[in-house]
Amino acid sequence: MPLLRLEGVSRDFDVSPPWLNRVLEHEPRRILRAVDQVSLDIDKGETVGLVGESGCGKSTVARLIVGLYVPTEGRIEYRGRRLQMIFQDPYASLNPRWRVHDIVAEPIRFLGTPQKVEELLRQVGLSPDDGEKYPHEFSGGQRQRISIARALAGEPDFLVCDEPTSALDVSVQAQILNLMSDLQRRLGLTYLFISHNLAVVSQVADRVGVMYLGRIVELAPAAELFTRPRHPYTRMLLDAVPDLAMSGRPRTPVRGEVPNPLAPPSGCTFHPRCPHANDRCRREVPAFIDGVACHAVLEGRI
Amino acid sequence: MTLEVRDLRIEFPTRRGTLTALDGVSFAIAPGEVLGVVGESGAGKSITGLAIIGLLEPPGRIAAGEVRLEGRRIDNLPPEEMRKLRGRRIGVIFQDPLTSLNPLYTIGRQLEETILAHLPMSKRDARARSLALLGEVGIPAPAARYGHYPHQFSGGMRQRVVIALALAAEPRLLIADEPTTALDVSIQAQIIALLKRLAAERGAAVMLITHDMGVIAETAHRVAVMYAGRIVEVGSVRDVIHAPKHPYTVGLMGSIPRIAAKRSRLVQIDGAMPRLNAIPPGCAFHPRCVRRFERCFDERPDLMPAGASLAACWLHAAA
Repeated sequence: MPLLRLEGVSRDFDVSPPWLNRVLEHEPRRILRAVDQVSLDIDKGETVGLVGESGCGKSTVARLIVGLYVPTEGRIEYRGRRLQMIFQDPYASLNPRWRVHDIVAEPIRFLGTPQKVEELLRQVGLSPDDGEKYPHEFSGGQRQRISIARALAGEPDFLVCDEPTSALDVSVQAQILNLMSDLQRRLGLTYLFISHNLAVVSQVADRVGVMYLGRIVELAPAAELFTRPRHPYTRMLLDAVPDLAMSGRPRTPVRGEVPNPLAPPSGCTFHPRCPHANDRCRREVPAFIDGVACHAVLEGRI
Repeated sequence: MTLEVRDLRIEFPTRRGTLTALDGVSFAIAPGEVLGVVGESGAGKSITGLAIIGLLEPPGRIAAGEVRLEGRRIDNLPPEEMRKLRGRRIGVIFQDPLTSLNPLYTIGRQLEETILAHLPMSKRDARARSLALLGEVGIPAPAARYGHYPHQFSGGMRQRVVIALALAAEPRLLIADEPTTALDVSIQAQIIALLKRLAAERGAAVMLITHDMGVIAETAHRVAVMYAGRIVEVGSVRDVIHAPKHPYTVGLMGSIPRIAAKRSRLVQIDGAMPRLNAIPPGCAFHPRCVRRFERCFDERPDLMPAGASLAACWLHAAA
């Protein structure tokens, strides 16, 4: 059995105007489906990456898993001991009035000892003396280390990381990514790693899911996804990544934008931007079969 | 040269002494050229841009050096003249398009006003020009969107409007400070392509400030790498990316994750960039440098030839 299993999980948000406006202006109720029928298994010790553009629902998946949201449909099964979450903004997620050792010890305040806190700080590359300081005395990268130390305090076996390095400079990002992979090896952690940055995900993930408008459209081992992408959206995303090697590889220019999630297109929601769309794509939602949700792929057209 | 910056030094006098945010920065940008300025937060790249357009926040001030636009000195102009220059000769694009757009005016009105403020034109011509510009930056159905307000546009479309505004008066210099950082990767690619095309077509010089080496690789001709208020390396994009000469650039290039089938450990530069009040003597990078030697501790290197590029590093000093 996998450590974590999501089965047909969906989450709706009610974004209707207030009741009075609905009555007076004859506005209907509006429901935004942020996550739509997502199924995903994560095994112990692996890192699963989730990529997609803003509004694709990847952060909502993270929040569903840690229980910050309740699924509207579907079920989430977790067989581990503890889950923890690491957030993007290390400035917003640490209490500025608390000393670092209090922040790190909060999850274990009835069990923790000063030695335990020192050990946690050392584990993330900080010195035990740093415990006496306040968050504002640290740079962004060091603050993210504090967040990681706090997340590790309760000895979780699963970490949900929502854009953990997106607010950091690239050299600091490298330090944090290396630290996370060291910790994974040493403590046998399992990660769900969410990021809009495909290169970062390719660096850490064993398997990668690509989300578009609330659905997983492709899920594959990282090595396969980045070398032989199947879904047209995955191909488009990969073509959009700046070519740092300046290889001059041929790329298709990106078309269009993510549509309004309140009024998603019919059929396959990617069809207005897809170069391979036909009538069936406009009509019929593609089922997720064998790692991909695309009529063109399943019909062998691409 | 469209833009020449020579020995620019920016200071912030504070109660606890003067902080030097920028020290001895020199570079030039030719017409039609895109110079990428790359560095991590606090390296001084945005401050350089702000100093050029005369928008340095007090108490920050230019303490030494000069800025020339098409040969004419502009760093000592009175604020009123500088204001006319911005928009007319220098276009500016910031990271967040909403800071550059007035939420209360339609985008058509904002474009028309900008054009009328800088160019001798009738209102009718200004409208025609606005529509043409919107089409050029890739806004679908410009006539239909002319009367729309900024909030009715998506982030990518807003940034296109800002680019149209920046180009409205045919500026000779375009300063783009993190123009794609707030955008999704698929939109980023479109905006990069647009900036590149427009700069080439109009022969404007572009100063592209970004932390993203990928954006530089796609867009710029030359790149200047900044660290702790100084340019530590400058050269053609190809040279700097494929054969970096300064140890900081080497570390920076190695720390960028790349899409690869095989996972490998990222190169990591230990430590962090020094704060302005604690810039070490000698080479500011020496405490983090893996290749430092005695000279680096107390003698500060200036840019010197290193292969086809210039690097501020004693490793490249002629013996």
